[in-house]
Amino acid sequence: MKKLLLSATVLAFTAGASFADTVRMGTEGAYPPYNFIDDDGEVAGFEREVGDKLCEIAGLTCEWVTNEWDTIIPNLLSGNYDTIIAGMSITDERDEVIDFTQDYYPPTASAYAALTDGVDLMGGVIAAQTSTIQAGHVATTGATLVEFATLDDTIAAVQNGEVDAVFADKDALAPFVAEQGFTFLGDDVPLGDGIGMGLRESDAELKTKFNAAIDAMKADGSLNALLIKYFGEETATY
Amino acid sequence: MFTSCTDPSTLDGLNWLACYLTTGKHVLFYKSFFVVLTLLAVTAPLALGVGFLGAVVSRSKHAPLRWIGTLYTSMVRGVPDIVFFLFVPLAMDQGFEWVRHKTLCRDWSEPIRQGNDFLVCSAAKLPLGSAPQSVHEIYGFALAVLAFAVVFGAFAANVLAGAMKAVPRAQMETAEAYGMSPRQSFWRIMVPQMWIYALPGLSNLWMVLIKATPLLFLLGVEDIVYWARELGGAKTSHFTYPHPDWRLWYFLGLLVFYLGFTKLSEIVLARITTRLSRGQATMAGEQMRKDT
Repeated sequence: MKKLLLSATVLAFTAGASFADTVRMGTEGAYPPYNFIDDDGEVAGFEREVGDKLCEIAGLTCEWVTNEWDTIIPNLLSGNYDTIIAGMSITDERDEVIDFTQDYYPPTASAYAALTDGVDLMGGVIAAQTSTIQAGHVATTGATLVEFATLDDTIAAVQNGEVDAVFADKDALAPFVAEQGFTFLGDDVPLGDGIGMGLRESDAELKTKFNAAIDAMKADGSLNALLIKYFGEETATY
Repeated sequence: MFTSCTDPSTLDGLNWLACYLTTGKHVLFYKSFFVVLTLLAVTAPLALGVGFLGAVVSRSKHAPLRWIGTLYTSMVRGVPDIVFFLFVPLAMDQGFEWVRHKTLCRDWSEPIRQGNDFLVCSAAKLPLGSAPQSVHEIYGFALAVLAFAVVFGAFAANVLAGAMKAVPRAQMETAEAYGMSPRQSFWRIMVPQMWIYALPGLSNLWMVLIKATPLLFLLGVEDIVYWARELGGAKTSHFTYPHPDWRLWYFLGLLVFYLGFTKLSEIVLARITTRLSRGQATMAGEQMRKDT
């Protein structure tokens, strides 16, 4: 009986197995304009367009899934999706755990933003998103670091007066400066080696494919067009 | 949804709100209420089943079985829920994939753990890499249900074991005197009578279960709390409907939902209590007998 059950389960599991592999693209969906859930409930943003284009060039079928930022690397490693395309800066620390493609977004600045002037950036209370290079940077200054799960939460913390300022990618903060009364403070801080797609270290084949596709997009100027579309004329291009 | 919603920037007041509340994202939010209700509807009977099994096992005459039952209830009750919710689905997922890998890909020579990676052949992936997103979601939901059933089953097992002990000894003695076998007296006398003793404990568990549903979000299931946070967060002009931080209102909505659901549960549980007290050798049952 036990054997029967076991073989029945195995059968049930194998039924319908077809190996037209889909590449599952993991993103956070909470970091506009890089990636966010739009009003139709779909993943949208700069990385959605870049990712779709890359898949088209590489001839892959791609599917988008969202995952919390905090657990985005562990879930890649356990195979819940195949890539991380979530505004993740290439750093040495991360490179030890996962692999990165070449950057599809040039190294840019991070910045402080607050609702008032005169915040002590080196000694005040600064919000940053957990496990980001920005959080790492704040920890090295004299400021008190308060970490939050999402960018939204860091913004809300400034608005509630829980923290003095927020430190994040300048391009992610720009809309809040333009529309919600935030101002940039202090100098921009260059961090990271640009943004790349994260992959499992064992996935060398996929890495080659995406690297080639990124090369192609850089060569024909379509990547620059998307950068300007989402981040404005001022942004760094290739 | 409405034709007037094609250009939201021209709308104002109630028209804007009507369009805003019917976006695709809001529809997903409304659907997630059904996800939570489905979870409750599926988990509650399953946890009760696991609990019943646990109670029977922990009262078993065979020592090893009894040990398993006791180990299960005391371990789950002693470990923080959140640890279990993170551990159980991950362990089960990797366990299933490991078994499938061993049966389906016998000629695979590379190790499953390569550094940080957990690697199984693509035929052993669960769900398969080629499966549509809905299958992945259902699988994630099923894992969540199992995790809930394991955790709440342990508490239910304890409640039910206590309820079995609370059935008056005289009832069981009478059954034995009538010549019923242990099995018969268990199913015919003890089980029908134990529910009234189990009910206060079980209703507590049910209330805790309702409140525990936001833990779903930890398991990657997009539940009402996830969507409330996502929809409530400040939206800049990258979105069709920009607005400041509205999380307070969304969470207020959830508060009303949870309180309403609790009230409804209380009404239903009160009715069940009355029903089960009928003809019982308890104070409530005795009172009923006198009243009629």
